[in-house]
Amino acid sequence: MDILRHDLYIGPAGAYIDPHFPVEKALITHAHGDHAIRGHKHVLATQDTIGIMKQRYGEDAAKSWQPVAYGEKTKLGSLTVSFHPAGHILGSAQILLESPKQRIVVSGDYKRGFDAGIAAFEPVPCDIFVTEATFGLPVFQHPDPLAEAQKLAHSLAKFQQQSHLIAVYALGKAQRLISLLRAAGYDAPIYLHGAMVGMCNYYQQRGVELGDLRRPVDASKEELKGALVLAPPSALKEVWSRRFSDPITGMASGWMTVKQRVRQRGIELPLVISDHADWNELTQTIRDTDAAEVWVTHGREDALVHWCRKSGLAAKPLRLQGRDEEEEAA
Amino acid sequence: MKTFALFLEKLLLTPSRNQKIAYMVQYFREAPDPDRGYALAVLTGGLSLQNVKPKLLKDIVLEKIDEELFQMSYDYVGDLAETIALIWPDHGGKALPTLSGLIDELASVAPDKLPTIIAGHLSGATATERWAIIKLATGNLRIGVSARLAKTALAEFGGKTLDEIEHLWHGMECPYLDLFAWLDGRAEAPQVHRHRMFHPLMLAHALDEEKDLGGMNPADWQAEWKWDGIRVQLGLGEGEKAMYSRTGDNIAHSFPDLMKTLNGRAVLDGELLAGRGFEPMSFNALQQRLNRKKPGQQMQRDYPVFVRLYDMLFDGDEDIRGLPLHERRVRLERWLAANPNPQMDISSILSFHSWQELAEIRVRGAEEQGHEGLMLKRRDSVYKQGRPKGLWFKWKRDALLIDAILMYAQRGHGKRSSYYSDYTFGVWKGNDIVPVGKAYFGFTDEELRELDRWVRNHTVERFGPVREVEKQLVFEVAFDSVQPSTRHKAGLALRFPRINRIRWDKPAQQADTLENVGKFVRQ
Repeated sequence: MDILRHDLYIGPAGAYIDPHFPVEKALITHAHGDHAIRGHKHVLATQDTIGIMKQRYGEDAAKSWQPVAYGEKTKLGSLTVSFHPAGHILGSAQILLESPKQRIVVSGDYKRGFDAGIAAFEPVPCDIFVTEATFGLPVFQHPDPLAEAQKLAHSLAKFQQQSHLIAVYALGKAQRLISLLRAAGYDAPIYLHGAMVGMCNYYQQRGVELGDLRRPVDASKEELKGALVLAPPSALKEVWSRRFSDPITGMASGWMTVKQRVRQRGIELPLVISDHADWNELTQTIRDTDAAEVWVTHGREDALVHWCRKSGLAAKPLRLQGRDEEEEAA
Repeated sequence: MKTFALFLEKLLLTPSRNQKIAYMVQYFREAPDPDRGYALAVLTGGLSLQNVKPKLLKDIVLEKIDEELFQMSYDYVGDLAETIALIWPDHGGKALPTLSGLIDELASVAPDKLPTIIAGHLSGATATERWAIIKLATGNLRIGVSARLAKTALAEFGGKTLDEIEHLWHGMECPYLDLFAWLDGRAEAPQVHRHRMFHPLMLAHALDEEKDLGGMNPADWQAEWKWDGIRVQLGLGEGEKAMYSRTGDNIAHSFPDLMKTLNGRAVLDGELLAGRGFEPMSFNALQQRLNRKKPGQQMQRDYPVFVRLYDMLFDGDEDIRGLPLHERRVRLERWLAANPNPQMDISSILSFHSWQELAEIRVRGAEEQGHEGLMLKRRDSVYKQGRPKGLWFKWKRDALLIDAILMYAQRGHGKRSSYYSDYTFGVWKGNDIVPVGKAYFGFTDEELRELDRWVRNHTVERFGPVREVEKQLVFEVAFDSVQPSTRHKAGLALRFPRINRIRWDKPAQQADTLENVGKFVRQ
């Protein structure tokens, strides 16, 4: 029997990785909605992934929770399972499945760049590497994220009469952008749309310094002039955004790489900051794992599969269901 | 080059027209000569590097990137310049030449050295700089800045009017050193021969029957039909033959069949029309000929064009704009008699004795011949640029009206991006509703807020930025004419539609039918 099926069902353990329907036993790589859902009986994940799931879905989102530390080995049927840092968001992990004959790593989502407070990605040698491909085209080459944050800080300093309304995903991207801005020396209050507050609180409780965070509803029009406001992408086009007069709209996402798309979305200030590996990181990571076989779960699979085969590796696209991740999230 | 790249990117990403102008003004102020002149040429479409073709760029990039990966990327990005800019594997951060240095280099280098030179610059640049270099080299900007907008910014930069810029424009050449010297206030306006200039047009006001007609004596006025083509100015003489649109663009290249027949010396004002034997065809027919760089033989045969003259600015080398209209008219008739041309005639003067009589002529003309309306010009009016008060009027026939049903609403742009402000409306065809047009103005801000709320509360489905709504709300839509159209499902298209009234009171069942709308189609 194969250790791992193409739908990420682990036969010898009777468990799924990141299933998008409720199951008996689930191993969760990280807490984003397209990987972690409510309703599983038993969840095995890192402490922070469990913490975030509880905060988002409630304590009863699963019947039982089993937190594991990075690197800790757990027996699951005939297999040994361990979680290793993926560098994607707080608590994110790659899952290593070991049998005496084979090592398989399911990476979940990952990035290689620095992210304050998040354990950095560690390449785990394996035979089969299961990778994402959100930015699996060679046109995606993310620039230095700190330089992108400086671009925003620069604009805030230059246009002091206009609010800067920046679209970010509530879990991961919002906190990363704030950390980067603080590192770039921006120490003014940052205003949060309601959807951001819970996750920012959680990050702060876990020791990630985010500085002075406030709600726009508590602020006067005068205070919001020239202020930085973070909101989920959907809020930019909704009634909520009308409270800011003449704002500069931006978005922090890997998708901001392509200018014509930025323009179509009506974004004036694109910030190419991504929590996913870009093309160079994807190909470098595949080499680092030394895997002879690569499975590509979601994203632009075709190009990465093509690259693997050209590089002499066995490769196949999995085309997993339920991973039509909202574009903005990346 | 670095500054120019960031400048282009800002222009691309700013939806606001005023902000685009502000960026251009700032650039003209800060960039040195001759860079700003080259940038101006790039923005106004006056610069193309003949020897850098897309094929060449593709060959260069395929030296570095697997062809299949490139193709997949191109399919995804959809823009060649961007694909190459983003996929390029080296990010050298080397110093690039200045904008003018780069253009001169690319224009003068031997073709066999070109690939190496371009590849070297691409490797030294950032992604945005690469994008700008390729845009520049291929001349296909797509950044939402028209030549006219660039000239508007230029006028603002120099504290001049757009007319003053247009006036000189066609006599100027890249890198526009004289022009910038004048705009900087360091020199007098450059001298340009009059045949190479666009002379700003005299424009008409819309006639307000109740307010205006009472004080007007019919004997002082000349009436003509308002022709449904495009206004053109012909500049002839000194071996030059130019035909300018009302915005001052030289469109002669689209009409070689007309241009080759022109003779004599003069600056003339008239209407370009499609038609044979001085019988105008519909505006639709003329549109087939507009914006075509090189019309084919077939096109020229199917849609011949002619100019119907109505005024004269220069007779030979003599500026006659200061003479009254009736004297200019005599000069014009005399000039055409001396320079006969099978594709040029003169707009006839309509005879009338009272406004009542002229009003009847106007209604009959609209009903029987589909005329758009009349032009009224004071017989003693001098030719004055702009829209001087009380001299020229257009007396348009009343707008046509239909009651249509709101079907889809789309979010607007810029300030309107959180409002559903673009409306697609339709009429009954049996028991179905078919779309017949789209309108995004004709309502007040207050009405826009009400419409936005209505759309949000009556949405049945969403398609990206578009919402389909319940088919309940009726608009009274005004438009100028209806034309048959193969592109629209309804088989016709409204020209210049706008929301005349929102009929909150009217049930959708009582909206118009497609058959009713079809009756407006001009025979």
